[in-house]
Amino acid sequence: MSIQTRTHVKAAEATNPQAAAAPAAKMVARDVKVFYGAKQALKGINIDILENKVLALIGPSGCGKSTFLRCLNRMNDTIDNCRVEGLISLDGEDVYGRRIDAVQLRARVGMVFQKPNPFPKSIYDNIVYGPRIHGLASHRDEMDEIVETSLKRAGLWNEVKDRLREPGTGLSGGQQQRLCIARAIAVSPEVILMDEPCSALDPIATAHIEELIDELRENYTIVIVTHNMQQAARVSQKTAFFHLGDMVECDDTEEIFTNPRDERTQGYITGRYG
Amino acid sequence: MAIARPGSYYLSEGYAARLRARYAAEQRFKAYGIAAVAAAAVMLVVLLGTIVGQGYTAFWQTQIRLEIHFDPAEIDPQGTRDRSVLATANTMKLVRDSLAAQFPDITERAERRALYDIMSSGAPFQLTRMLLDDPSLIGTTRSVWLTASDDVDQFIKGYISRDVPESARRVSDLQIRAVDALASRNAVEKQFNTVLFTGGDSREPELAGIGGAIVGSFLTLLVTLALSVPIGVAAAIYLEEFAPKNRWTDLIEVNINNLAAVPSIVFGLLGLAVFLSVFGMPRSAPVVGGLVLALMTLPTIIIASRAALKAVPPSIREAALGVGASRLQAVLHHVLPLAMPGILTGTIIGMAQALGETAPLLMIGMVAFIVDIPGGFTDSATVLPVQIFMWADSPERAFLERTSAAIMILLGFLIAMNAVAVLLRKKFERRW
Ligand SMILES: Nc1ncnc2c1ncn2[C@@H]1O[C@H](COP(=O)(O)OP(=O)(O)O)[C@@H](O)[C@H]1O
Ligand SMILES: [Mg+2]
Repeated sequence: MSIQTRTHVKAAEATNPQAAAAPAAKMVARDVKVFYGAKQALKGINIDILENKVLALIGPSGCGKSTFLRCLNRMNDTIDNCRVEGLISLDGEDVYGRRIDAVQLRARVGMVFQKPNPFPKSIYDNIVYGPRIHGLASHRDEMDEIVETSLKRAGLWNEVKDRLREPGTGLSGGQQQRLCIARAIAVSPEVILMDEPCSALDPIATAHIEELIDELRENYTIVIVTHNMQQAARVSQKTAFFHLGDMVECDDTEEIFTNPRDERTQGYITGRYG
Repeated sequence: MAIARPGSYYLSEGYAARLRARYAAEQRFKAYGIAAVAAAAVMLVVLLGTIVGQGYTAFWQTQIRLEIHFDPAEIDPQGTRDRSVLATANTMKLVRDSLAAQFPDITERAERRALYDIMSSGAPFQLTRMLLDDPSLIGTTRSVWLTASDDVDQFIKGYISRDVPESARRVSDLQIRAVDALASRNAVEKQFNTVLFTGGDSREPELAGIGGAIVGSFLTLLVTLALSVPIGVAAAIYLEEFAPKNRWTDLIEVNINNLAAVPSIVFGLLGLAVFLSVFGMPRSAPVVGGLVLALMTLPTIIIASRAALKAVPPSIREAALGVGASRLQAVLHHVLPLAMPGILTGTIIGMAQALGETAPLLMIGMVAFIVDIPGGFTDSATVLPVQIFMWADSPERAFLERTSAAIMILLGFLIAMNAVAVLLRKKFERRW
């Protein structure tokens, strides 16, 4: 990350007269380029992720949605040949900068994966793991409280409150995914990233998660990758359309779905390709 | 082939012939498979049958009951009851007196000596031990079961026939007469051979046991385990979870795989050259044996551990990293526990290999004749397979059955270890 890109962002914000009036951006991406070895997966993405809003990322397979999402909490760090350029900031702080630690960042920017991946441990242990390693709770009753509030927020409490000691892997797919959401919530993140969280779920479980996302918006900033246009339309306020490593357009969800500016966007949402 | 009317080809005579040929080929293949399995099973049965058939008698040892008079005049003429006096008492004379009293007609010197030889040379020590345990025996007369010599033992077990001429067998007519006479008084019995399990090595088969070798194997494996598991698992974790994938790690990986294929005697030579010659460590010691076997076992453990770590799905790592665990935390808290059964299985199999290993230990002198049971890691010791190797080399008929018995015990340990490995795998087998 060069100093130049940072000043460039500041300059861009300063010259933008609407910056002050617009809702606060929780995270900002400027000219983000990602390379897997020699292969470029993202070609300069600029997006503002607004606080307490849901941003949906849509686009055909392989266009770089997951790659972008994984830049936001530096999950790409774990991939050997992956290189990220450009600037991503959280509350104005460069997430690839020296003052932010990747581990701490991932606690602040939580993630829910495509395939539900609870730890093969009890429901209770799944949730308290994060708080325990971050020192958010040390006493038994604090843990109990975190477990209860997280599960309640994830809309799972009533279904599992009597079997917290049973393995999380024994739950149904939809329940497992909500457990994963509860696990992400438990470490008190500010942003939650979801990579196609419903693609492995049946329609009822999907509806459940969608409702949940709408409720979570109140407390968290959410970025969701989805292949389902209706889902993007239902849950998000902002939508960004990706195509072949480019961000084609990003606007209010309504605007994108009713009045897309780019014909590629129009083609995709009307189902001509993708 | 011209394309026939749809469907007609599959109903034609030609296709039926193809079908028959295919069935025949499948039947033939099945027959080959069954034949191969049967051949392997027959060989296994023959092998185990021979070993068990030759060795099961070693678990019994002929004992002879003698009326022993613990004569105070012989044992402790001064009446001090001092332990050092008792320990050096001439108990051999007690045994001989008892035999002489039972066979008063045998008076000639050479005949007497032959008579005395039906008892093991260890019998007097049994009496000494009794005396030390209980000095109040002095002055009393007891009937005591004492170990018979190996030749009498083999005769009782039927391995020495009375029909061959006296000069061609290891027990004389006189000895046979004496044993028959004792047997007719119910004074000859085959009893469970505890010495086989508790004793150290001995020149006398009836006094030889694998106790020392078992302790030696245990101490050696303890060193092996303590070294190879932490190093192996740490290396596997580093290579699998942290090391960048580049030419150096590829080279290391290839070398580890090659190391697993290196003949074990090479590790023995290495041990001889490095641990004994350069570092001057003691010969024949479990600590050196353990070091050498640890080197030999390391590749096995590293390879098994890496496979076990690789089998843990990446989604578990992502889940842990996603809630803000560091890579080390993700590995230690989640990946390693899930890989543990696989690692343990690999470790047990590695240990079983090490337990059965002979060649490298010969190089570092663990092949010595050692009577004492080792008391520590630097004492001279031998191990089970080497003990078997040494017994197999002994000419006495009684060592033959003991060799087979020791093989059975070693196989028992190996089977038990492998069974534990299989059980662990079964118990913790997990589907994601
Ligand atoms: N670990 C990786 N190594 C190499 N290339 C990758 C890796 N992950 C993704 N890619 C490539 O990056 C591009 C974007 O992938 P991704 O972000 O997963 O797309 P999406 O989530 O939109 O389907 C694809 O062409 C894919 O092949
Ligand atoms: Mg994706």
